[in-house]
Amino acid sequence: MKLFHTLFLGVFLLFSTQLIAADTYVLGSKVDDFTLKNIDGTMISLSSYTKNDGVVIVFTCNHCPYSKLYEDRIVALDASMKKKKYSVLAINPNDPIAYPDDSFENMIVRAKEKKFTFPYVIDETQEIAKKFGATRTPHFFILKKVNNSFEIAYIGALDDNAQEPDSVTVNYVEKAVDAIQKGDKVEPASTKAIGCSIKWKK
Amino acid sequence: MIMCRNILIVFFFTAMTVKAQVGSMNVDQITERLTKNNDTTFIINFWATWCKPCVEELPVFESITQKYPKGRIKVLLVSLDFKNKVQSVLIPFVKKRNLQSEVIWLNEKNYDAIIDKIHPDWSGSLPATLIVAPHNRIVFFKEGTIDEQELHSHILTE
Repeated sequence: MKLFHTLFLGVFLLFSTQLIAADTYVLGSKVDDFTLKNIDGTMISLSSYTKNDGVVIVFTCNHCPYSKLYEDRIVALDASMKKKKYSVLAINPNDPIAYPDDSFENMIVRAKEKKFTFPYVIDETQEIAKKFGATRTPHFFILKKVNNSFEIAYIGALDDNAQEPDSVTVNYVEKAVDAIQKGDKVEPASTKAIGCSIKWKK
Repeated sequence: MIMCRNILIVFFFTAMTVKAQVGSMNVDQITERLTKNNDTTFIINFWATWCKPCVEELPVFESITQKYPKGRIKVLLVSLDFKNKVQSVLIPFVKKRNLQSEVIWLNEKNYDAIIDKIHPDWSGSLPATLIVAPHNRIVFFKEGTIDEQELHSHILTE
């Protein structure tokens, strides 16, 4: 009897871990609403983007050199997205204890220095980054509106040249949003890029 | 006598430069290198001087290099430092730390095109470590930091 009990528990645990893993969003996943604190102290919910056709989420932070390479480009992206009824939402998922540069206070400072035109929110529990399957900074996700919810339409890099903005040949995010708006297939729908690992809490 | 001194000077400078040498290679050139050395197991660590967890785990790879000075196990520290920081940051870093493992600067621009080539499980976050056994057989890949014990367990099974 006890053996059965253990077996049952084992099987249950196996399934439950698989369920947790399956929770991570992939292309086409419907995104649950979330609410995170912005640098101006207000709370921002995904569901508040009612007038948008979509949202570009970027997991980024202050300290990472790759994130820094993209700060100005994210500001430019936001300007361009706003014309397309999209908005940029930047999320800092890093553990500020391990990386004091990435603290909430320093987010406020950095956003001011770089004149961010978009919300820069903190993912204190790191739950949102985990749900998105974000692994590095910067890591971009395009959410397109389908009916009244958001679906993941692109995962990856902003463009194809991190170090030399002048030599970029493809802006993947712009290209994907254009394709979505034309009703075309997003191609590529996912790309990879070098970045700093997300600093998970221990 | 003068010639002797000159030779000594030349020798001295050669020794200095060899230690601080940082090669520049693209992914195809690294692959070619692995293929050429068919009797060697390569431990390839992708890192950068600006990446704190990467720098923290460098001693693990240095200890492997010291443990197998002539053996069939070789560490390649593949740096993803920015191109404009190779001379000003990477090379001084290698010199200062007196790194004994071979350091290669990865000469690539479009990372999306090469990350999957290196390993399909790699999302591109640093650090990452790849172990390639003879005949280009990938035996291990991990995104994130690795400790000495884990590294050894994968080397020893080869």
